Amino acid sequence: MIEINLREMKKNQSGTIKAVKVSGELGRRIREMGLVPGTEITIQGRAPLYDPVALRVMGGTLTLRNNEADYIVVEVTEEG
Amino acid sequence: MKKSVTMALAGNPNAGKTTLFNELTGARQHVGNYPGITVDYKEGHFTRKDQEITLTDLPGTYSMTAYSVEEIVSRDFLTGRKPDVVINIVDASNLERNLYLTTQFLEMGVPLVIALNMIDVAKDRGIEVRAEKLEELLGIPVVPIIARSGAGVEELIGRALDVSSSDRIWSPKDISYGEDLDEVLMELDSIISTASFLTKTYPPHFTAIKYLEHDDQVLTQGQKADSIVAQQLEQKIGTVSDHLLKTMDVYPEAIIADHRYGFIKSIIRQGVQTHKFDTDRLYTSDKIDKVLTNRLIGPVVMLAILFGLYQFTFSWSELPVSWMGSLFGWMGSVVDTSLPDGPVKSMLISGVIDGVGGVLGFVPLIMFMFFGIAVLEDSGYLARVAFMMDRVFRTFGLHGSSVMPFIVSGGIAGGCAVPGVMATRTLRSPKERIATLLTVPFMNCGAKVPVLVLLIGAFFADHKALYMFLFTMLAWLVALLVAKFLRMTVLKGEATPFVMELPPYRFPTLRGLLIHTWERTWQYIKKAGTVILGISIVLWALMTYPGLPASQQDIFAAKRTTVNQSYPESIREELVAHKQGTGELSEKGQQLQEELTAIDQEESGAGLRNSIAGRIGTFLEPVSSLAGFDWRTNIALLGGFAAKEVIISTLGTAYSMGEVEVDASDSLGERLVRDPHWNGIVAVAVLIFIMFYAPCFVTVICIAKEAGSWKWAFFSMAFNTVFAFLASLAVFQIGSILG
Repeated sequence: MIEINLREMKKNQSGTIKAVKVSGELGRRIREMGLVPGTEITIQGRAPLYDPVALRVMGGTLTLRNNEADYIVVEVTEEG
Repeated sequence: MKKSVTMALAGNPNAGKTTLFNELTGARQHVGNYPGITVDYKEGHFTRKDQEITLTDLPGTYSMTAYSVEEIVSRDFLTGRKPDVVINIVDASNLERNLYLTTQFLEMGVPLVIALNMIDVAKDRGIEVRAEKLEELLGIPVVPIIARSGAGVEELIGRALDVSSSDRIWSPKDISYGEDLDEVLMELDSIISTASFLTKTYPPHFTAIKYLEHDDQVLTQGQKADSIVAQQLEQKIGTVSDHLLKTMDVYPEAIIADHRYGFIKSIIRQGVQTHKFDTDRLYTSDKIDKVLTNRLIGPVVMLAILFGLYQFTFSWSELPVSWMGSLFGWMGSVVDTSLPDGPVKSMLISGVIDGVGGVLGFVPLIMFMFFGIAVLEDSGYLARVAFMMDRVFRTFGLHGSSVMPFIVSGGIAGGCAVPGVMATRTLRSPKERIATLLTVPFMNCGAKVPVLVLLIGAFFADHKALYMFLFTMLAWLVALLVAKFLRMTVLKGEATPFVMELPPYRFPTLRGLLIHTWERTWQYIKKAGTVILGISIVLWALMTYPGLPASQQDIFAAKRTTVNQSYPESIREELVAHKQGTGELSEKGQQLQEELTAIDQEESGAGLRNSIAGRIGTFLEPVSSLAGFDWRTNIALLGGFAAKEVIISTLGTAYSMGEVEVDASDSLGERLVRDPHWNGIVAVAVLIFIMFYAPCFVTVICIAKEAGSWKWAFFSMAFNTVFAFLASLAVFQIGSILG
């Protein structure tokens, strides 16, 4: 079990969110879409230019930019 | 029983809100598959059980904070108008995320009924949601429905009516936010209750939570209502925030969100939702995404889809467009033969038929284009385009969501900048919004497309689709570069978040597509029928009056007499008979006819030049000729300030007046090719000017409204016109040098 940044996750890798370290508008946008500690996510893929990233969360698909993913700490089982 | 029950429809984007609204009210309105497509709330009326019901469709939101216009609109509606019932539409296949909004409605204490939508989709995914269990746990009615088919909708309305007529007192439901915050909230509650602080608008607990969440709108309202209490509250929050940050490294708003989701999870785990099979299973939608958003295949497919849309639009609409052309040509000739010569006939042919016909003639083309866009929109593919394009857009200081306004405005040629400018409301950062709404008018809207088609068809007939594609790409390039320029100068600032949902692919319903296509086409027709008709007549007057002075008319009359007298009597009679439709012209007769026509052309040319519009056009010619525009083109471009549709009709009027003979089969394009002022380079220079100069009046008004000030509207008119002129000047000068 190690904690890494969401940005560093590989395609198809899964993990559990540990913390969302940002407040304000970005923080709220991230949280209202269900990205809160305890939520399981899987990286679904990345846009052609490697950014933004698409995640599977609670049966839906969300997208966010890499510099936004930086604020999200994820616990993963092994290195992707 | 009350006279009319008011109901509000609220829920996440893509939860099926608009579909349910249409199902209930039969309203002809847009069904989008893009987050936040319905920004304005719409109202509809219907009757059930002898009860009149007014239903308001609120914009789709994920939360009740105050970050976007949609959220503020929804919240103000709920707290200000206090509807009798709020129908919260919830996507059963995405229950957890959808209930987040529900928890906030519960905290607001609004009378609530949950419409558990898409139970069929959920079932296909192996998710079973037990509505009665959810109802029991939340303590509010929950009705499973399928908005697309209408299943369960009658029961939903029945339950909603029960709620509206019951005497139940709706008290806000309190969720526990953990020991630390609950204690603070209790203190805040008591301060707020004692001071009756904002209690007319919000329940005390809701205000307390919003203060903890640092909600800008509530903070401002608080300051206005009672600055002493507001100060007191803010101070308390400040201490708590500092404490939490120091001891636990979290923000109060994070704790609130965590607990809301904790509350939802605890409810769902109590047997509300069961999975029949593995949740990690790939759904059809994900399988499609594996190809369509693939990093290598995705962009290729995207370009292919956009190019395919062109081929579809332009080749399939060719035949109906030519039918419309013949129809208006026939109408022109009917008027020509049945009315005596004079100002009325001239106005009907040159003002009304040519003007409106020029616009309506392109209706089939625009319908095909809108249909194609509707397919992309309703299927969910446009959101993928935003996802794939965000990196590019961000480079230019915009947002992936800017794609939508750009495409609506004519990014895939044939939209309209008016809805495009309005679609920028979904953008949350004011700077990215203004940059987007100032640059979307550069796109090739439905009114510019006919001009493109006309000039490309006339001068580059062999490569129509290719040139259309190139000019569309050029519009994108210029719009993006200008956006970057604006974001680096007058609109400097940080980027806004791109946290967005990719809705599952859905097969568009034919009804939805047709409503969608018809709505936009109708907007176009309405514009043509009203504004353009008026402008067309005004312009016809500008181009007809004051006309030639009598002395000059006499000169032309004398010329005619001289020509006539140089031919024998028999030839003159032959011509008169021919005009009445009897008899063939001999060689001599044709010669006489040609000579007379030349004089007529010269006369109407002189007349137009002497008209008000002609004087303005001529006055501008010394400058405009640097970019290759003659005075006739100037007249058309002046008309385009009002509406781009006018450009073609004005060119048409200008040239049909230059040639007295109204010949329906002789298209404007062919006339331009024959005109010595026109060639390929002039055509390109004119096209570039038309693409980029001042937006039409309607768009300008929308820009002023959306940007919140006339400053941006004037900026857009002045900046765009100067920019467009410099660009076409460069094209003409360089093109002429290169030959």
